[in-house]
Amino acid sequence: MKYLMFVCTDTEPDPDTATHPDVETWVADNDANGRRLDGSVLGPADSATTVRVRGGELLVSDGPFAETKELIVGFDLLECADLDEAIEVARAHPMAYAGRLELRPLVDLPGSA
Amino acid sequence: MTDTRPTAAAQAAAVAGTESYPRIVAALIRVTGDWALAEDCAQEALAAGLERWPHDGVPANPGGWLMTVARNRALDVLRRASVERRKLRDLAVLALTDGPDDGPGEGEDLVDDRLRLVFTCCHPALRLADRVALTLRTVLGVPTADVARALLVTEATMTRRLTRARTRIRTAGIPYRVPSGPALPERLPGVLAVLYLLFTLGHDADGEPAFADEAIRLTRLVARLMPEQPEVAALLALLLLHHSRRDARRDADGTLLTLDRQDRSRWDAAAIAEAREILAGLPDGPYAWQARIAACHATAPSTAGTDWAAVAAGYDALLRLHPSPVVALNRAVAHGHAYGPTAGLRLLAAARGDGELDGNAHAVAAEAHLTARYGDAPRAAQLFRRAAELAHGPAERRALLDRAAELVP
Repeated sequence: MKYLMFVCTDTEPDPDTATHPDVETWVADNDANGRRLDGSVLGPADSATTVRVRGGELLVSDGPFAETKELIVGFDLLECADLDEAIEVARAHPMAYAGRLELRPLVDLPGSA
Repeated sequence: MTDTRPTAAAQAAAVAGTESYPRIVAALIRVTGDWALAEDCAQEALAAGLERWPHDGVPANPGGWLMTVARNRALDVLRRASVERRKLRDLAVLALTDGPDDGPGEGEDLVDDRLRLVFTCCHPALRLADRVALTLRTVLGVPTADVARALLVTEATMTRRLTRARTRIRTAGIPYRVPSGPALPERLPGVLAVLYLLFTLGHDADGEPAFADEAIRLTRLVARLMPEQPEVAALLALLLLHHSRRDARRDADGTLLTLDRQDRSRWDAAAIAEAREILAGLPDGPYAWQARIAACHATAPSTAGTDWAAVAAGYDALLRLHPSPVVALNRAVAHGHAYGPTAGLRLLAAARGDGELDGNAHAVAAEAHLTARYGDAPRAAQLFRRAAELAHGPAERRALLDRAAELVP
C-alpha cells in the first residue's frame, strides 16, 4: 500500500525529551529499503497559493486554504505492506518526537493498477 | 452420533457454535478479506445447524460441519460476484486445512487465525470503543443488538459503527496479523486491556453477565495460544478470581454487596484454585500483581482475616510497575486496612493530589469507608451519599445509600 505521510508541527508543541532521530539518516534508510518513494520539505504557509474555479471563473488567492495552527511542513510518500509497517517507518522520523505525522492511505482507483 | 432429541441437538449446536465461531470467521476473513461476508456466513451456518440437527442428528464433527456450510455459503456469494479464481480456490480447500484441531498450515499460517483476528480487532488505530465492539461481534459472535445494549447505543448506531470499523480496517491497511518481534510486547497490553474491558462489561453492577463468561473464554483461548506470554495467563487468573465471586455479589433483592458482606462459602472454589495454580509460576507484571492481590482476598476467611499487609505490599509493587490514580486509590484502601484509617486517608489524599480522581465515585466511597472506620459517622454518611450521586448505575447507587442510612439512621 502507498501512504502519504504528512509531516506536521503540533498545535501545542510538547516535544519528547528523548534524543530525536536524525532526519538525514531516516531518509537514507528508507530510500535504501524502498519504503520512501518521494518526499520533500514544503515552503512556509504564506508561500501557498489557493486556486478555485467558481461559476466558471478562476479565483486565485494567497495563503493556505485553511487557517490552522497545525502546519504541514513536509511530506513523504511511502510504500509499505500495511499500516503496521507504515507506523514503524513513521515512528523513526524526528517529527514523531517534535510534532506529529499523519498517515493517509492512497486510494487505488479501479483500473489505475 | 445420531442423537435426535431436539434439545440435545440445540445444545450441541450452541456448544459447537461457541467453539467454532471465531475459527470460522477468522478463516473466512483470511481467505476472502471480507469481514462482513465472513460474519454473515458463520451466522448462517450456525442457524442451519440449529435448524437441521434436531431432525438429522448432530454430525460427528459439528465444528467441521459448520465450517463446510459457512465455506460453501461464502463460495456461493463470491461466485455470484465473480471473484477472482485464486480466492475461490483458497476457499474451496479451507475445510481441509481447518479441521477441529488445526494442523499446521504453510508458512505464516502457523499462527492461529483466531489470534490474528483478536489482534486485528484490538489494533490501536481503531477507537477503543470500536475495538471492544468488534471483538464482541466478530470474535465472540455476540449479536449486534446485544453489543449495542452493552455499549449504550442503539442497534442502528452500532451497525453503522461496526461497518465503519470494518471499512477502516481495509482502507487504513490494518494488517490481519499477529505482530512479531519488538512490536508484540508493545501491542499485547492493548489486547489485554480490551479483554479486561469486555470482562468489566459483564462484571459491572449493571452489566451484561454473559459477557464476563465470554471474556474469560476468550482470554483462556489467547492464553493457550500464547503460552510464552505470562501476562495473558496472569489476566486469566485475575478474571477467574473476580468471577469467582459472581454468585455472592448480590443479596436476594439484587443489591450489590461489598467484599466484607459477601457469603464467602458461595465463592467459586474451583475457579480460585485454578487461578492460584496459574499464578504459582508466573513472573512479576501488572496483571500478575493484580491477580496476586485478588488471590489474597479470594483465600481470606473474612475481611478482618485478610492478609492486608500482603495486599498493601502488592499495591506498592503494582504502583511502581504501573502508576495510575486508580492503583493509588486502591493502595490507600489496602493501607487503611493494614495500618489503620489514618494511614489510608493520608495515602488517599496523596492519590487525589493531581485531581485525576475528582468526581470519581470510588474515591469518594473509599473516603467514606475510611471515615466510618475512623469513627466519624455523620461525615461518613455524608460522603456515602455524595458517592451515590457520582455512581454510574442504580445497583451501585443503592448499595452506597444503604451504607449511608446504616450510619445515620
